[in-house]
Amino acid sequence: MTTAILRTENSKGELIYRQNRWTRSTHWTWALCLFFLLMSGLQIFNAHPTLYFGKQSGFGFDNAVLSINAIDVDGKAQGVTNILGAKFNTTGVFGVSGTEENPVYRAFPPALTIPSYYDLGTARVIHFFFAWLLVGTLFIWAVAGLWNGHIRRDLAISGADLKSLPKDIADHARLRFHHTGRYNVLQKIAYGGVLFVLFPAIILTGLAMSPGMDAVLPFLNNLLGGRQTARTIHFIAMFLLVAFFVIHMVMILAAGPINELRSIVTGWYRTDPASKDGSH
Amino acid sequence: MENQPKLNIARRRFLTAATLGASGMALTGCDAFDSLLGSDATVRNALEKANNLTYRVQRMLLGENSLAQEFAESDIRQPQRPNGVTNPEDADYVAMTANKFADYKLEIAGLVDKPRSFTLADLKSMPSRTQITRHDCVEGWSCIAKWTGTPVAAVLDQVAVKDKARYLLIDCFDTIDQSLSGSIKYYESIDLHDARHPQTILAWGMNGADLPVANGAPVRMRVERQLGYKQAKYIRKITLVDDFKPFGEGNGGYWEDNGYDWYGGI
Repeated sequence: MTTAILRTENSKGELIYRQNRWTRSTHWTWALCLFFLLMSGLQIFNAHPTLYFGKQSGFGFDNAVLSINAIDVDGKAQGVTNILGAKFNTTGVFGVSGTEENPVYRAFPPALTIPSYYDLGTARVIHFFFAWLLVGTLFIWAVAGLWNGHIRRDLAISGADLKSLPKDIADHARLRFHHTGRYNVLQKIAYGGVLFVLFPAIILTGLAMSPGMDAVLPFLNNLLGGRQTARTIHFIAMFLLVAFFVIHMVMILAAGPINELRSIVTGWYRTDPASKDGSH
Repeated sequence: MENQPKLNIARRRFLTAATLGASGMALTGCDAFDSLLGSDATVRNALEKANNLTYRVQRMLLGENSLAQEFAESDIRQPQRPNGVTNPEDADYVAMTANKFADYKLEIAGLVDKPRSFTLADLKSMPSRTQITRHDCVEGWSCIAKWTGTPVAAVLDQVAVKDKARYLLIDCFDTIDQSLSGSIKYYESIDLHDARHPQTILAWGMNGADLPVANGAPVRMRVERQLGYKQAKYIRKITLVDDFKPFGEGNGGYWEDNGYDWYGGI
């Protein structure tokens, strides 16, 4: 008993100021943006629930890579999700949702879309508003992050980071977390992947779907393999961002939700006793 | 004591709203926001301001004559997918189909010095432009086709547009909807900037043949830097106006009256 208490007292490491106001405010603005962008985006997808590969959508030929439809099987509606020719029965979630008396024939169910009812026009209004907010925030974050050294200090992957990669993977696999003043290399890869790969990818593929922007930047569409490929990449980037969100939540729960949440709300983070100076 | 009932009601309302909000978020997702997003809701109107920003920024970035991408013959891999109204049943339209639109007249009116009508033969006798472009539907799909038609700029030059004019209001033959006050015909509007763009044509040919009825015969608009709903089909009349608010429900087009953005560049 006594040792346990002592250990608890000992394990109270020092509180350090880890997340500055720019990191915190941009983080929460993005969280808000991504929530609305995702839900309105799924609504937009519902207007034409098929993704293609190439410049155009194949109606007289087949270049579909994913489709979510409701089909009739012996008088009963079945939701079918087709991924590269592999068909999955997704009745109840994708394609057909709702109850037996009140079925909803939509790719993504009302629970996942904003508005919950079908309204492409409003979904577009929401989507473009938050797209502007996301891009504006990314710009502010980039300027602030370059100015105050956040990007170089906290996100740039160093040689030492790469050397610690195998150990870091092993530690994460065992859910053994080190609370220090610095991100570990897997965090840097995850956050950097979102900020420097997925955000630019989803913004550029979004722009490539705009007929106006296509006239401004004709090379963008060619670079991405055509408007319909851009739309597919946009969707894949969305999926990867959702995957990031899930992992992000799991890691927060595993690493200590109170401490992690405090640091992204107030900036203050409790480190392990071994790293009182905020370093390894 | 007098205040007691009021407080109770307020509290009950709050609890109901909070419960609805929470269950909305957790279970049925996002009907929690539905009440904010009706066609004239304040929140929706505020968010809609972002579209003005898109319009201004794209106008700034788009040079006067920067062109929409044009494609090769080999990219025409299928018939142009028709949508919206594909076979108008309006009497005046049906009457014209009998003799292949020989009686068709496109009226240009409004803020012009020399209003006049153009027959299909008139339009075809003018210098034409052919372009292979990608039609991008607001729903998300795309289809590549070859369009042949008379540049709108050439037509506008013949009617001498007044300085005051800012928009082309495009009235169509086809009834797309019914309202309490009668049938609603498709209409659209574009600004003069887009109207005078070299790729903006009154198309009467498609994929090397006459424009089919399903795709808007005899004449439809091609405004290549915007989405499909701006490409009005079955054009009856073009009116030069300084404001589109007095027409329809005031948003500049049938779909705009139903919640789509007036600017279809995104």
